[in-house]
Amino acid sequence: MSLNTEWNLGNAGDEIYTELIEAHAGLTETESRRLDLRLILLLANQVGDGAAIREALRLAREGLGASRQ
Amino acid sequence: MARYEYKPFPYRTPAELSGGAGWRWPVVIVGAGPIGLAAAIDLALHGVACVVLDDNNVVSRGSRAICWSKRTLEIFDRLGVGERMVKKGVTWKVGRLYHRDREVYSFDLLPEAGHKNPAFINLQQYYVEQFLVERCLQFPGLIDLRFKNKVTGVKQLADGIAAEVETPDGRYGIQGEYLIACDGAKSSIRAMLGVEFKSHIFPEQFLITDVEMKADFPSERWFWFEPKFHNGQSALLHKQPDDIYRIDLQLPPDADAKEETKPENVIPRIKAAVGERPFEIDWVSLYTFQCGRIDRFVHGRVIFAGDSAHVVSPFGARGGNGGIQDVDNLVWKLAAVMKAKASPALLESYNAERVHGADENIHNSSRSTNFMTPKNAFEYLLRDEVLSLAESYPFARRLVNSGRLSIPCSLAGFALQSRDDPEMAGAMAPGVACSDAPVRDASGRPGWLLDHLGGDFVVMSFGTPPPVRQDVRRLVIASEPIAGIETVCDASGLVAERYGGRDGAAYVIRPDQHVAARFAEPTAEKVATALARAKAEAA
Ligand SMILES: Cc1cc2nc3c(=O)[nH]c(=O)nc-3n(C[C@H](O)[C@H](O)[C@H](O)COP(=O)(O)OP(=O)(O)OC[C@H]3O[C@@H](n4cnc5c(N)ncnc54)[C@H](O)[C@@H]3O)c2cc1C
Repeated sequence: MSLNTEWNLGNAGDEIYTELIEAHAGLTETESRRLDLRLILLLANQVGDGAAIREALRLAREGLGASRQ
Repeated sequence: MARYEYKPFPYRTPAELSGGAGWRWPVVIVGAGPIGLAAAIDLALHGVACVVLDDNNVVSRGSRAICWSKRTLEIFDRLGVGERMVKKGVTWKVGRLYHRDREVYSFDLLPEAGHKNPAFINLQQYYVEQFLVERCLQFPGLIDLRFKNKVTGVKQLADGIAAEVETPDGRYGIQGEYLIACDGAKSSIRAMLGVEFKSHIFPEQFLITDVEMKADFPSERWFWFEPKFHNGQSALLHKQPDDIYRIDLQLPPDADAKEETKPENVIPRIKAAVGERPFEIDWVSLYTFQCGRIDRFVHGRVIFAGDSAHVVSPFGARGGNGGIQDVDNLVWKLAAVMKAKASPALLESYNAERVHGADENIHNSSRSTNFMTPKNAFEYLLRDEVLSLAESYPFARRLVNSGRLSIPCSLAGFALQSRDDPEMAGAMAPGVACSDAPVRDASGRPGWLLDHLGGDFVVMSFGTPPPVRQDVRRLVIASEPIAGIETVCDASGLVAERYGGRDGAAYVIRPDQHVAARFAEPTAEKVATALARAKAEAA
């Protein structure tokens, strides 16, 4: 599996969590959605590895919608 | 188990009000909380006399600090009270996190062996203060503890300070060369000098209860996000000595303090958390928390330390522990300045280094409090997803934030530290607080490295004595004792491992046990330069 689910954020975890919240501050629901989608596309491009992205998609989908038990 | 007995400390008419007067104190400490008391002991160990003025005459009442970190215990060891604290305290290192009613993961704060002190102990603040007071009393010639002495005014003089003090016998004036303001979060010294304190106040309230009960809960920190037993808010359970448990329950911003702290409202909440078992409530309070600090910790001859300088929410146990590190950082500098062994510039490094430490604590505590108190639907959703990913994927566990527990900050990059030697490896870079390790002294007795580092400048080297010019303590880490020089044996090899200790390498270590410099190939010249820098001596 090429997706890394071990910690890979060094010391930046709490900062990034905070910045993610700050980035969404003051946005409408649709705008928030758009921010997330842009972010995903930017990060997917940064990752570059199609297999890893597909694996991430699969893990993220788990437990949601029709696949829910 | 008998409940803690708050014995009042005796009040004695101060010398100034019973005929004797005129003595100008080297140091006046305001506040006999953990920080003021620790500062008094540390000054006494440096041979500097002080008077400690406190408006009260009992130790801290009720539910305050309980978690004391490894670094604090190491400092307490240096002050001669660490072992007593550890003996009385509840030792713990494992934290467990729950989301709703499932365990998400657990963490071990001290996974490696070979340290004298545990990651944390839990010990009620009243015990900590009692033990510190009793230690103070062992320095009758150097520490004058004055209870029921309230400071009502303070003034900067050209070369000292003057304060007004109120006692049951009336008022008197006192003078000192320096004043350390350890008068807590509501510091009146701050107000008297017009020093502004800026903070962020969190609206959520926390019901903090200490209960006495017999339970076989392990010595672990248990934290719940949205447990069923507490209606969607966070909860924390922690064990203390004497069968006392600390229970923190988050309540909404509009909870009514008077109502919520009534026993008939507290008891059902505690029952929900700990189950049906007999317990007695020891103390209940409703707190809101804030994070903030004053701009500068040094104002002329007045130096702020502890909560008077900075305040944090308690979720990383960074308040009291941060304050003890202030003392550790300050006192050797102040003592050196007072003995004219260093210029007052050295005190400025206390300001720079501990403002940095406070900021790190404020950042961490604020983020933890934010994680615990989501402010809108997005924040709730984000936290929920982190918690749900954390059950399966290790990376997400490190995003879960129920408190980033106190560890000492690195002082790398500040003026007293030399640049690191690229030839040196290992984590003990300049600025870092020295790591402990087991050692044996020259007679083969087992002990600990930090106890051997002590509380003065020391040059520590591996294999051969370090080259030094001046009068400074030297300590050699070797496999065999070396005649004529203090040697400790690294029987387990852990000192070498933790310090990247190749033969001939040397560390210049500050009195507060932070690394000032290290050299793979030390010379007397390099060591002298590093020592001068660490004492803020003009180049
Ligand atoms: C619920 C809670 C939980 C906490 N948990 C932890 C924890 O687990 N770990 C941790 O490290 N910290 C914790 N803290 C923080 C910790 O309690 C404080 O950081 C610590 O008490 C600060 O010590 P201090 O000596 O600076 O101030 P204080 O303990 O507030 O002492 C100040 C002293 O100054 C005296 N004083 C005030 N004004 C005057 C005056 N004008 N004249 C004379 N005397 C005066 C007061 O009477 C008092 O004795 C917690 C705090 C709270 C509220």
